[in-house]
Amino acid sequence: MTIDFQNILPKTETEYTAMVNLFANKSADLTTRFVKVFTQREIGLYLNTLATQEKWVSIASHHTPLTDESVIAVPVPCLWTDQGYKIEELEKVSASITGCDALIAQTGSVMLSSRTAGGRALSILPPHHIVLATKNQIVPDLPTAYRMIREKYSPNYPSMVSLVTGPSRTGDIERILVLGAHGPRKLTIILVEEV
Amino acid sequence: MNNLAKKFHQDAAHMAENVALRNVIATGLGKYAEGRDKKIADFQDWQKARETASQIKRESLNNLPQNIQQLTEKLTSRGTHIHFAATGSDVCRIVLNILRQKKAKLMIKSKSMTSEEVHLNKALEKEGFKVVESDLGEFIVQLRQEPPYHIVFPAMHLTRYQISDLFHDKLNSQPTENPETLTMIARQNLRSQYIQADVGFTGANFAVADTGMISVTENEGNSRLCGSLPKTMITLIGIEKVIPRLEDLPLFLPMLATVGAAQNLTAYNTLYSGPKRPEEPDGPEEYHVILLDNGRSRLQKDPVYREVLKCMRCGSCLNVCPIYKSVGGHTYNATYSGPIGSVLMPKLFGMAAYKHLSFACSLCCACRDACPVKIDLSHLLLKNRETLSSQFAPKYEKLAFKGMSALFNHPLFWSLGKKLAWIGQKLHPLIEGSAIDPAQCWTATRKAPKLVWHSFKDLWKKYKS
Ligand code: SF4
Ligand code: SF4
Repeated sequence: MTIDFQNILPKTETEYTAMVNLFANKSADLTTRFVKVFTQREIGLYLNTLATQEKWVSIASHHTPLTDESVIAVPVPCLWTDQGYKIEELEKVSASITGCDALIAQTGSVMLSSRTAGGRALSILPPHHIVLATKNQIVPDLPTAYRMIREKYSPNYPSMVSLVTGPSRTGDIERILVLGAHGPRKLTIILVEEV
Repeated sequence: MNNLAKKFHQDAAHMAENVALRNVIATGLGKYAEGRDKKIADFQDWQKARETASQIKRESLNNLPQNIQQLTEKLTSRGTHIHFAATGSDVCRIVLNILRQKKAKLMIKSKSMTSEEVHLNKALEKEGFKVVESDLGEFIVQLRQEPPYHIVFPAMHLTRYQISDLFHDKLNSQPTENPETLTMIARQNLRSQYIQADVGFTGANFAVADTGMISVTENEGNSRLCGSLPKTMITLIGIEKVIPRLEDLPLFLPMLATVGAAQNLTAYNTLYSGPKRPEEPDGPEEYHVILLDNGRSRLQKDPVYREVLKCMRCGSCLNVCPIYKSVGGHTYNATYSGPIGSVLMPKLFGMAAYKHLSFACSLCCACRDACPVKIDLSHLLLKNRETLSSQFAPKYEKLAFKGMSALFNHPLFWSLGKKLAWIGQKLHPLIEGSAIDPAQCWTATRKAPKLVWHSFKDLWKKYKS
């Protein structure tokens, strides 16, 4: 059965600038911090400012061309998760920096996986999760994102694929929204337009 | 009336007087309803979404054996251990075996109504294992040693003050009125437990047959931690939760978030396709998926009640039901409460024990209209009543209805009856509301309507010309 997504799901955009604007609006609703930078060097500068502002003590990341370049600029020690790590140490870092599979304009979500985000815990255990994405990673809607997961990985799927929409939250006490229930209190998404 | 039914009536009567508690529930559900309607409006065609979701679920249930086979083959091919559990006690036995084999002491759990259905925690604790609930609402009700109040909002019956007292009492925390501070107390408390836990346990919302994946929807991130840090991971899922294709998720996930939590999407919608792969740095070395039947395959064979298996436990029908709102979750005294519970409990665990729930309903049909997968719950409740009246109705009730039927079918009896009732009512005050009043079940708590000598029909005849 094929689903008539075009006429069912919330409206979205397909042109790049419109997609970015929609993503920015959705992020604002979700209290995700969304930042657009032009060059890779600017990511480093931005992270450096965050490090000072939030008084980072250490960070954690995994190796990709984009994270490697960006993490160099952060003046605190970095725990790399690629070859395994101690959970106790990851629990202590101030922030984590990961890649992703896609950004979804329709909902302001990030699609990530154990393969593109340095394993399972890196994107959920530290209190501030920072996602780095490139221009070609933004997609219009959820159906495109799931189709992409199949096309990209089938049949060798990563052991975990997670659609992340905003920082961790709960409403379990009197249905009042509280951020940072068990996962990250802050979610920052940095989109670099020219790589 | 059996004991469960008696208790239901007593608790419902108490709840009717507990205005404070009913206000807590009304406020919580009021906030929910406002948010949900906004999110429904974001869809271009919500009714079409419901129709499509219902059809996919139906298709999936019609091919349930094939879908389960595909799911388990894919999962097994990537190293997942599959267990079939025919009953609740099978689930407990399977989990106990895994814990023993792993020499585990502590299991950390994320939300799973299915585990409530099989009373897993009790079974594990009895054997000396420590089980910690990590979802905030579940964490709270576990500290209170209570079952969840609602299938999606477990602690919705409590105020922040009660939760503050509870934490002060059990966790030695400073009293606070701030929900954020309270959440952080729970966060702090649970952090070390994720790290120490030998086994992580999760429920699941969907199982994707064609790619062999388990889909878990949540907001807090606790389920992701349960699936990331412990060396062994277990997921318990009812067999009815299988959907055919990965491409169905972009429909189901936003629908579930919309009616379940009044969000466009919940914060984390995670797919697990197996244990940690060799090239991955972390994740469980062993992954066990337990598929629970517990009466579901029996329902699957029933052409009428098969519909109930479409349920994705979103809680939407509870949130709109006037009975649920008045009597509250614990009064149902059942794992699944509200409209879905009233249909499901008797079907899964015995009509005799839970038949009273079929009457805890005004047949307003709000549940039917709220259900994202279009289960006609109100109709099924009526169906239950039909079965009950043919099987369980006492002799005098059948006789009374025969009499009524004669009265309604013969105009002469009817006119005579009207006049006699008018005369009879003059004497009614003598016994009204007392044990010998034939209308006592009505008059004990309400006034009987006054009858008149000249009925509408009489007047109509008189003034028509
Ligand atoms: S039809 Fe019955 S069960 Fe459904 S919402 Fe109305 S009262 Fe509740
Ligand atoms: S019956 Fe429908 S509304 Fe009720 S919990 Fe199930 S899916 Fe939700």
